[in-house]
Amino acid sequence: MSADREAIIRVENFTAAYDGQVVLENVNFEVFTGEIFCVLGSSGSGKSTLLKHMIGLYQPAEGRILIEGHDIASAQGDERLQLLRTFGVMYQSGALFGSMTLLENVSLPLEEFTDLPPDAIRLIALMKLKQVGLESFGDLMPSELSGGMQKRGAIARAMALDPRVLFLDELSAGLDPVTSAELDELVLRLSRSLKITFVVVTHELPSIFAIADRIIMLDNEVKGIVALGKPEDLRDHSDNPRVRQFFSRKASSES
Amino acid sequence: MTENPTASLVRLRLGGVRDGAFVIVIEGRLDSSTTGKIWRQATEAVARAKARNIVVDAGAVDYCDGSGIALLVHLRDLQYKRAGQLEIHDLRADFQRLLDEWDPGDLARLESRRPPKTNLAEDVGRAIVGFWEDIRSLISFVGELVSALGRAALDPKSVRWRDVVRIAETAGVNALPIVALVSFLMGVIMAFQGAISLRRFGADIFVANLVGLAMLRELGPLMTAIILAGRSGSAFAAELGTMKVREEIDALKTMGLDPVRFLVVTRVTAAVVMMPLLTVFADLLGLVGGAVVMRSFGIPVITFYHQVQYQVTYGSFVGGLVKSFVFGILVAAIGCLRGLQTTTGASAVGESTTRAVVSGIVLIVVTDGIFSVVFYYLNV
Repeated sequence: MSADREAIIRVENFTAAYDGQVVLENVNFEVFTGEIFCVLGSSGSGKSTLLKHMIGLYQPAEGRILIEGHDIASAQGDERLQLLRTFGVMYQSGALFGSMTLLENVSLPLEEFTDLPPDAIRLIALMKLKQVGLESFGDLMPSELSGGMQKRGAIARAMALDPRVLFLDELSAGLDPVTSAELDELVLRLSRSLKITFVVVTHELPSIFAIADRIIMLDNEVKGIVALGKPEDLRDHSDNPRVRQFFSRKASSES
Repeated sequence: MTENPTASLVRLRLGGVRDGAFVIVIEGRLDSSTTGKIWRQATEAVARAKARNIVVDAGAVDYCDGSGIALLVHLRDLQYKRAGQLEIHDLRADFQRLLDEWDPGDLARLESRRPPKTNLAEDVGRAIVGFWEDIRSLISFVGELVSALGRAALDPKSVRWRDVVRIAETAGVNALPIVALVSFLMGVIMAFQGAISLRRFGADIFVANLVGLAMLRELGPLMTAIILAGRSGSAFAAELGTMKVREEIDALKTMGLDPVRFLVVTRVTAAVVMMPLLTVFADLLGLVGGAVVMRSFGIPVITFYHQVQYQVTYGSFVGGLVKSFVFGILVAAIGCLRGLQTTTGASAVGESTTRAVVSGIVLIVVTDGIFSVVFYYLNV
């Protein structure tokens, strides 16, 4: 089914290195339009590194990353701005601006990048908050919100300009199973109704099986991808010991 | 990507009356960059129509995202508020699904949740209570600090000397260049300004009295304390504030370690040791500055030296050191207190840092005033 689908993100021969220390080497994969794509792997396997390169915060050591056909690392000026508007990012800690209320956080991109009148911006920001279930909390400061609410608020802010791709870093890390399930539910709902493509970094198994269409698994020994495919297929049929270990949640001494 | 957003991508026109309904036609792309161009126009069109039934013909909308949906919902609610009807026709099915998530009146309910407005009396009341609470926390902090310092004095092994040395280095040794620069120039400036008046009476030599007394009694400790407040009081507040935000202070507490003993005692001790040393250094550099200026007016350094030695009493020097000792405690303690009082969020650390410097300088100046009065009566 995936062969005929259109790729919205292409990662080609991508190598990432910090100070000459290679973290990921020759990574290749595609993310298809409209799918929920999960990146997983143990700590230190390069998940966040990959994500930060995909959103253009770092330059790849080699290879390139294309979003809708444009190289994020080499884009400059207006092209870069246009490209940045095609995606939204939810950072691990939410990264809501602490000096603004939740509503102001969501309004900020709309104020900066559109010519909508102020009352329209307020409305749209409120609608985004309603979509993540936070419409009654718009006037609170981020520090007054719980961890899960901050993440939902961050998703609302990432959605402010209706991006076509949402990057979510550690969607459910540090959250209770119920909140985490609510976030999974939210991602599914947004994916269905808004047709947004999701790239989700996570290592929570329940979350992966709940939302992922396809996953890649990174590994720090291979410095790249050890598995790519549907989560159920990988769990049931993979013969890679690292993958089996991950899905059976065994410590390496037991395997 | 990437369609360059231009005004021509979206268009709104009035379609007259069709089947008893007022028709508004929207064509083109409704996304976050284009919707703003027709928002007011559309709002006015609905308001002016004054029709019971309005139809928005969206058959020619070829793209519609959240902002576009917001516009349609907004128009529908406008009409809903005055008991009219607004139907959206021929919107493409996938966009229609987005629209269907919103019932008429939803937005009105969202809008009604405006924040409660505060009034002046309430603001004044809150400010006064806040001020009183600040004073109370200051008093209780002084108590905690004194008891922690007392325990440290009784059991010096409990102090983390390695931290004290590290802080003494950053707060004291690393401050030498700026203290040197400021106090040398203070000496130079005072000598120049003094010489302008005193030369007229042929009393150049008394510049030595001026520079010596002013530096040792007043400016040496004062300037050094202000530099300490700016350099290290702020650093203490930022460091402890960041620790507070990152829950490191809570971690200390749950490990059974008293943050005041662990963090504040070390900093106050380091500041108390370094402040008098820095002050002696500042005094010396100030005198050197004065001597250099006097030398340029033809008074030999040895004459300047003797004049200072005979005219400036030992009491003035020691008085300055006592002040610097007290300033050291105040600046370090208030820096740490502001750090520990940090609330959460990125701006909170900045706020504590500002408050640390402001409170530090206020305390220095007020205490200096008290010292002047006390010294006057003690005839120091």
